[in-house]
Amino acid sequence: MASDKVQAIDDAAFTATISSEIPCLVDFWAPWCGPCKAIGPVIEDLAEEYKGKVTILKMNVDDNPVTPGKYGIRAIPTLILFKSGEVVDQITGAVGKKQLVDLISKAL
Amino acid sequence: MKKSHYELIILGSGPAGLTAGLYAARARTDHLLIEKGAAGGQVLLTDWVDNYPGFPDGLSGFELAEKMESHARRFGLTTRTAEVVSMDLLQSPKVLTLEDGEQLTCDALIICSGARPQRLDIPGEIELTGKGVSYCATCDAPFYRDMHVAVVGGGNTAIQEAAHLTKFASRVTVIHRRDALRATKIVQEKAFANKKIDFIWNSHVTAIEGGKGVERLQLKDNNGKETTLAVDGIFILIGVIPNNEMLPLQVLKAEDGGFIPTDNETRTAIPGVMAAGDIRRKEVRQIVNAAGEGATAVLAAEQYLNSLGAVTR
Repeated sequence: MASDKVQAIDDAAFTATISSEIPCLVDFWAPWCGPCKAIGPVIEDLAEEYKGKVTILKMNVDDNPVTPGKYGIRAIPTLILFKSGEVVDQITGAVGKKQLVDLISKAL
Repeated sequence: MKKSHYELIILGSGPAGLTAGLYAARARTDHLLIEKGAAGGQVLLTDWVDNYPGFPDGLSGFELAEKMESHARRFGLTTRTAEVVSMDLLQSPKVLTLEDGEQLTCDALIICSGARPQRLDIPGEIELTGKGVSYCATCDAPFYRDMHVAVVGGGNTAIQEAAHLTKFASRVTVIHRRDALRATKIVQEKAFANKKIDFIWNSHVTAIEGGKGVERLQLKDNNGKETTLAVDGIFILIGVIPNNEMLPLQVLKAEDGGFIPTDNETRTAIPGVMAAGDIRRKEVRQIVNAAGEGATAVLAAEQYLNSLGAVTR
């Protein structure tokens, strides 16, 4: 989501960042996507609540074609949870906060 | 202490909720609009809006949502991002419980929780959602550059979004279970004139198949004949189901799959509870009538609050 509260990540930094042992939730979004905008406030809340425990990042799929291609992303918003470089689970669509909290809990 | 009681709570921030918010803010009603995410509702799923009066050149769904929100904010709309999980409407005041357990109370409630795209409920659909199965052409069309996609449905949303998809996809096949479209004539005419769109009539999709992504659809026509269609993606645009999980459906006398019946003034079966927009049981689900119902609902709420003597103006 286009917010400054959630740190943006690009193709170049991606692999190194998700290889961390600290779980990492990446929000794949684009500026033309309404539902991406819709879940923006929820992602911001989560970034605040999980500070230090889970790294929450956003990737603009327009500017970064490599990573979305690698993970077969064909719909946005898609949120993928990583731990030590591996995909733990993922979710697509403008889901509610509870579903995202449940997703994150799989890596904690 | 944090404020927990409001004369009026508006649930939802689509066109109905935002219009209700605009009217409530202008009426200086003590109000709160509870939104789940950013404002706009299903308008955010719409590529282009060409039938909202006052915008002769049309505008994007995104832009319309932003305009509606800033319009209401200009008059002092109060909002809070939260998810309501349950409510007790038979108590006085009415009680709304949020996902973290916090409770808010109100004298009057306007339910504008809206609706969401309906699923086909066929094999492969859930497994391949996000991997070729989509419910939002506006969101996902750019992923299908020079590919072949299917659109399921025959209403305005399906046909309009099929046309939007042709900006990216090389071929769009519309699959419809009848032999004619339900979409508005002007929308149909545009689709029939579009060389990238073809139609499979009197047929439905029985399964979605693929590995890493969607590869093909199993189709069955109304005579029972089965065929396979190779596609890279499928957009399911067959209508909506109500967002009613947080509502006491029995006391609201929900019908037709969980929509809320009201009178002409948007009053539900429970005094002081109004329903506006797509959550209402009705025939026509357009942005313009959702907005109209939002305004009507605030006037009905004001009447109710006045009758309680709760409003001291």
